[in-house]
Amino acid sequence: MNLDPKIPAGELADKWTEFRSKMDLVAPNNKRKLEVIVVGTGLAGASAAATLGELGYKVKAFTFHDSPRRAHSIAAQGGINAAKNYQNDGDSVYRLFYDTIKGGDYRSREANVHRLAEVSRDIIDQCVAQGVPFAREYGGLLANRSFGGVQVSRTFYARGQTGQQLLIGAYQALSRQISSGKVQMYNRHEMLDLVKVDGKARGIIARNLVSGKLERFAGHCVVLATGGYGNVYYLSTNAMNSNVSAAWKAVKKGALMANPCYVQIHPTCIPESGEYQSKLTLMSESLRNDGRVWVPKSKEDAEAIRTGKKTALDIPEADRDYYLERRYPAFGNLVPRDVASRAAKIECDAGKGIVKTGRGVFLDFGAAVIRYGKIAANTQNISNPSDAKISELGRATIKEKYGNLFQIYEKITGQDPYVFPMKIYPAVHYTMGGLWVDYNLETNVPGLFALGEANFSDHGANRLGASALMQGLADGYFVIPYTIGQFLSKEIRTPAISTDLPEFEQAESETRAKLEQLLKIGGAQSVESFHRRLGRIMWEYCGMSRNEQGLAKALQMIRELREEFWNDVFVPGEIHDYNPELEKALRVADFIELGEVMVRDAMARDESCGGHFREEYQTEDGEAMRRDDEYTYVAAWSWNDGNPEVYKEDLHFENVELKTRSYK
Amino acid sequence: MNLTLKIWRQKGPSAAGSFEEHKVHAEEDMSFLEMLDVLNEQLVHEKKEPVAFEHDCREGICGTCNMVINGHPHGPQRGTTTCQLHMRHYNDGDTIVIEPFRASSFPVIKDLVIDRSAFDNIIQAGGYISVNTGQAPDGNAIPVEKQDASQAFDAATCIGCGACVAACPNGSAMLFTSAKVSHLALLPQGEVENGKRVYDMVNQMDKEGFGRCSNITACEAECPKEISVDNIARMNRLYVKSVFAGTQGNEKN
Ligand SMILES: Cc1cc2nc3c(=O)[nH]c(=O)nc-3n(C[C@H](O)[C@H](O)[C@H](O)COP(=O)(O)OP(=O)(O)OC[C@H]3O[C@@H](n4cnc5c(N)ncnc54)[C@H](O)[C@@H]3O)c2cc1C
Ligand code: SF4
Ligand code: FES
Repeated sequence: MNLDPKIPAGELADKWTEFRSKMDLVAPNNKRKLEVIVVGTGLAGASAAATLGELGYKVKAFTFHDSPRRAHSIAAQGGINAAKNYQNDGDSVYRLFYDTIKGGDYRSREANVHRLAEVSRDIIDQCVAQGVPFAREYGGLLANRSFGGVQVSRTFYARGQTGQQLLIGAYQALSRQISSGKVQMYNRHEMLDLVKVDGKARGIIARNLVSGKLERFAGHCVVLATGGYGNVYYLSTNAMNSNVSAAWKAVKKGALMANPCYVQIHPTCIPESGEYQSKLTLMSESLRNDGRVWVPKSKEDAEAIRTGKKTALDIPEADRDYYLERRYPAFGNLVPRDVASRAAKIECDAGKGIVKTGRGVFLDFGAAVIRYGKIAANTQNISNPSDAKISELGRATIKEKYGNLFQIYEKITGQDPYVFPMKIYPAVHYTMGGLWVDYNLETNVPGLFALGEANFSDHGANRLGASALMQGLADGYFVIPYTIGQFLSKEIRTPAISTDLPEFEQAESETRAKLEQLLKIGGAQSVESFHRRLGRIMWEYCGMSRNEQGLAKALQMIRELREEFWNDVFVPGEIHDYNPELEKALRVADFIELGEVMVRDAMARDESCGGHFREEYQTEDGEAMRRDDEYTYVAAWSWNDGNPEVYKEDLHFENVELKTRSYK
Repeated sequence: MNLTLKIWRQKGPSAAGSFEEHKVHAEEDMSFLEMLDVLNEQLVHEKKEPVAFEHDCREGICGTCNMVINGHPHGPQRGTTTCQLHMRHYNDGDTIVIEPFRASSFPVIKDLVIDRSAFDNIIQAGGYISVNTGQAPDGNAIPVEKQDASQAFDAATCIGCGACVAACPNGSAMLFTSAKVSHLALLPQGEVENGKRVYDMVNQMDKEGFGRCSNITACEAECPKEISVDNIARMNRLYVKSVFAGTQGNEKN
């Protein structure tokens, strides 16, 4: 199979403009006759469904949630990037493009990334017009902050709830289209299969989660905006119900999963507290602006802290190892996510972890409290302030900056982070891999599109902070409304697709058979227990660092787990009922298959890049070693009935020079 | 700690429900929902159907995890959703009563799961600004006073959970609806449509069968996002204004 990215000709900076001036259009009277199915109504899906509705297409939108407002996007905290250059600090479309390519460790497509940087500006305008309450300066203009190690302030934010406010904006735009009848909304409907007719994506089989009934839906094309697959690790910062099934069903129908091994592990999350742990909570990246990461220098001190004989406060300054500052003097605590995460793992593996499980390090605001305290004393003209006064003033400043995060931390851990340093550990956060798409965001299955975290398109091997929201909304508001016309303009003579076609019949009966099979197994183990076991395998062998031996072992273990699942899982309840265990069972079954492909992808990529760190490929001082000569490509995997095969799209860099990332 | 749970079981919307008693062992550091996970694993092992409850983000932002705990929507802690509640606030030997949000406009689907589509219908009636993609002027072309932006934000933090309705003896949705009305009314972008918006949303609220507001303010006390009842006052003012303007209507007219 030849993977044609369909990148338009011309200069990088002109491609998108030229594409739009020459692309095929669909006339308004034809739009009314064309039906588009949008699965997923997070940022990417809601913005796409709303915009396609505005343009006049007949849209059917689906979510398994009870309302589009609950999508996982709601949880994003930090912000959204845009090359507005409002701060006059030298930002530009090119700089955002360059930062994203470099941040992605040179494993993304230049043309897509440049387009993303271009439309980033329109997103902010659109969201402001919708009433998204972005942070403002006293003059009433939009405020920005800097994020994740870049050198400009281009991140727009809405307190610590940027995702919530952006999603509500998209949800409102979608609601407007629903009320005008242009979009038909199907809440509590989970897509369980993709239907292809004559090779084109023409519909879906969905389960009504309230009645349990299977339903058929047809359209001229299908758009998937169903989010990422981080929950393959069981524990992650993703919402509990995020899953890969919609994308995976597409793969089983011939779409390709690109770069599945590229997973982002976020360095600052609240560590696991016990076996019962169900998910992990992110502590925003912004904390690393003021927090210093450390572990005790000696294993004995670490042991004493783990067993409760000592606390962080008992360890004198000289006995602390601020390992990021030591290893990366230039960037210190602000190294990128992948680097910070790996460093924490190395310390914990060496026995320096400071929580019961051994997997945790300190994030300490002590120095910042004193620094800010002194500044405040100075500005308030307090001479010779006591240590206590300095602490009090310093804590007040910290509270102003991070109050809500400190509160979240205290609610979860029961510990006061103003007194004791926070305890943190890396956790799975985001998946750069996803469905392979071309420049039009179309998969290799004609008429099947993928948007948002569900596609692989823009972040290469590592995503920069505040860029996922940007990409999701770029795809939904500003890219798909244009690029979908490339396909639909050729469909204006295709009458409405009938759900009575044998292809629908077959997909429905296969889906029903699978549901019945799951309920019939009647084994001894819960769905949850399989998911946890899969998660542990993935985390151990295909997590922060990987090696060939471990991956081979994981492959074996996952296969055995799959076998065991289909023989010994117990799924209670019935098909025709509200049955969350059955929903979970289907998702876990797909995660197990995806897990295998992730491991294979990680094995096949004999280099280290971004979130993919192969121990065999590191420099003498333990840094990632890319191998551009052989691995500058996108690896796109088919399932192929359980014998996954890889197809390659070579990446061409014509506008940036490939360099080694260095943060020393 | 060992706990006794009295938990509501109901097979479907029209089925009669009743409390079921279960013993469960919990750890201090568990979240409330993790404690329910433990119960459900236990039930699955006994080959019984687990308790249906909804949840997703488990960090207090998606608004899914609705349940009434010992008489309080989202449990005893102020400004906290069920998923943010942790077991260290309970003691060994405690009995905890868990039931769904109860309101006639929120029918029970199963056990603790309810149908809140009425909230979506209220938003669809007018809880938006009418702007198509691509029509927007530059973001900084519309300056917003920091104070206004901040007040609008406070209202916009509503997570659509429905605790306000569950807390209200009248089953009123005034806090939810007014939060959206306020969020948009306080911004210059939203002001244009104020009259029509408030009129349509309030009427939809009535159509959905939510009760009247009699200033009991239990909604504010139980709201996990501490949305202020001042928003209700603002909505009432805007509503009266729109009625008197006779336009169902546009503030500007
Ligand atoms: C804690 C946290 C904080 C974050 N903070 C930031 C940040 O500050 N900045 C940033 O840029 N990014 C951030 N991210 C990443 C970002 O939030 C996500 O990548 C992004 O929101 C994904 O949006 P999406 O629309 O692609 O998918 P989602 O929001 O996951 O939406 C998926 C949709 O698909 C539906 N769906 C899925 N499968 C099916 C199916 N089979 N049938 C029917 N419907 C289905 C779901 O119901 C949902 O509506 C954060 C992520 C996390 C976890
Ligand atoms: S106003 Fe408060 S209680 Fe009511 S839906 Fe919004 S967040 Fe929930
Ligand atoms: S699960 Fe999202 S608010 Fe509780």
